[in-house]
Amino acid sequence: MTERSRPRLNIGAVRSTFAPWADPAAKPLVRFENVVKRFDGDTAVGGVSLDIYPGEFFALLGPSGCGKTTLMRLLAGFETPDSGRVTLAGEDLAGKRPHERPVNMMFQSYALFPHLSVERNIAFGLKQQGMPKDQIADRVTEMLALVRLEGLARRKPHQLSGGQRQRVALARAIAPRPMMLLLDEPLAALDKKLREETQFELMALQQQLGMTFLIVTHDQEEAMVTADRIAVMRSGKIVQIGRPADVYEAPNSRYVADFIGDVNIFEGKTEFADGTTVRMASGEAPGGFDIIEDDLLEVGSTAWLAVRPEKIEVHLDEPPAGPNRMAGKIADIGYLGDWTTYLVELDSGRTIRAARANATRFVDRPVDWDDQVWLTFARDAGVVLTQ
Amino acid sequence: MKPRRDRTGLAALAPFLWLGLFFLFPFLLVAKLSLSDTALAIPPYTPRIDWAAGLAGLRTFFAALDFEAYARLPADRLYVVAYLSSLKFAAISTVILLLLGYPLAYAMARCTPSVRQALLMAVILPFWTSFLIRVYALIGILKPEGLLNTALRMVGLGPVNILNTESAIYVGLVYAYLPFMVLPLYAVLERQQHDLLEAAADLGCTPLNAFWRVTFPLSLPGVAAGALLCFIPMVGEFVIPDLLGGSSTLMLGKTIWTEFFANRDWPAASAVAIALLFTLVVPIVLYQRQQAKLMEAGR
Repeated sequence: MTERSRPRLNIGAVRSTFAPWADPAAKPLVRFENVVKRFDGDTAVGGVSLDIYPGEFFALLGPSGCGKTTLMRLLAGFETPDSGRVTLAGEDLAGKRPHERPVNMMFQSYALFPHLSVERNIAFGLKQQGMPKDQIADRVTEMLALVRLEGLARRKPHQLSGGQRQRVALARAIAPRPMMLLLDEPLAALDKKLREETQFELMALQQQLGMTFLIVTHDQEEAMVTADRIAVMRSGKIVQIGRPADVYEAPNSRYVADFIGDVNIFEGKTEFADGTTVRMASGEAPGGFDIIEDDLLEVGSTAWLAVRPEKIEVHLDEPPAGPNRMAGKIADIGYLGDWTTYLVELDSGRTIRAARANATRFVDRPVDWDDQVWLTFARDAGVVLTQ
Repeated sequence: MKPRRDRTGLAALAPFLWLGLFFLFPFLLVAKLSLSDTALAIPPYTPRIDWAAGLAGLRTFFAALDFEAYARLPADRLYVVAYLSSLKFAAISTVILLLLGYPLAYAMARCTPSVRQALLMAVILPFWTSFLIRVYALIGILKPEGLLNTALRMVGLGPVNILNTESAIYVGLVYAYLPFMVLPLYAVLERQQHDLLEAAADLGCTPLNAFWRVTFPLSLPGVAAGALLCFIPMVGEFVIPDLLGGSSTLMLGKTIWTEFFANRDWPAASAVAIALLFTLVVPIVLYQRQQAKLMEAGR
């Protein structure tokens, strides 16, 4: 779970100055300390330690059943840890019931109160706090404007569309100005287009409110778009924490590389490593692999090279012999409009995925099924993995 | 498409035929009776339609109908008292049923599935024995030398005199109608989403707050259904006041019986019945609207 440091290289296309996790003086808002939670002997969360900083948009990402929702429910107070500690703003949450915790949750089902109108749903938490009536009215108006639901204040939840319900749930959760907002698969019920729009809206909202957001999702795209940092989970444990570009471009394991996006993984034997370059021999590529890699791998050890499809070039004419070169035949073509995905069957029998952005409308010579092709990639296209 | 549509029309006619035959026709008979006058005859009322006289016979028949029986209702204190006391018995019993039935239904909805099955069975099981037998069993328990007083005497208490008092009627009504209160309440409480309570807790509600702000308001359709389902038949209840309440208690069901069989005043009995029906139309319509609203909400 160590975060990979690559001081000499800039990872990804996004540059951000917001990085409280890198500042040793920064105080985390939420701290999970070796938290364990079991259900009937099954370990849902198996010893998680995690810091989330004020103002962060943090994502818990993993397949269903990996413990991400349980981790969030431990913070909301709906579950109690079997061991370990959860603290919020330095205060131990042990023994605090959900209604005593200054965090609010947006439920996957939205859990809107069906007997209450939109405005009374949003006012629910405020009323419970004992806020005076006129202030409640002001806050509700403000929230309705924030989620663009003016005019629907008196509707009942069953009279709203899915997207509108989602926004009511959001407004209801942020209306009491919690220290932190928890979002449990908030966009899962929306269709693709609305989901993409809402992702950007969530980000804008988080910026505007300056509130700390924790999102639980199984959708890697959702996590990548919205979050400052992502924790990738697997069977109750966090396997990697990092910025979206970190987990995509510098995964620390084959699991993470495979879970986030598409990837081709080649097994090989380390032949040379000097702290700047790693050379590997592999049955897939006659010329071997030659990769920029600062890890000092032991010569003779087995390692894996992970290369993303968009970083592999497809050539119809044979390039000069050398490392990072493979030959094969086009087995399948998937035209997606913005991208074209090629499935290339290597001479070794393996099928490799390569992708090309369709940057122009016309091409000189289109690639066809059964074409003989050569695949190459640059020295900085792949990442060497040891686990 | 046309022949198919015709067949659907026929199928839709069936319930109307059924209602016409078994509700509308008897209702009109009773309504006609209530507009007649008593007579020393068999059957004991006039006018009767003289079919042989044809249209003229029908005309004399309708001319002889009047509202005299209805006019007697408010004039006779007996009817007014019976009417009011029926409403009182039904209303108080409904409140007691709600107070008893709600916690029971709530516990059923919240307990583990196996316990729930057992409780559900316990609520439904009494239906499998005859209602009369159960009322006679209650007499056995409540009578002066019955099970209750024997038990009380053993612990040095009592005796209490319940049978043939108003208390016995309340005991009987509450006992007999409890399932009709519990089942609709259970139905609404059971399908309530658990995440609503989590959302309420998340927004600062203690469990008690959450009950009053979420669980209870959402169960109101069940409260209304249960209350009306009990109240409406309890107003006209006959067997329980007759067997448990003794001779001094007045309820409409018993009044109708007395008028019909003891006094042989069929028009008066019919008028009481029709008046009762129209009083109950109000809660019945309320109940229907509640159900329609429930359907509209899609829940």
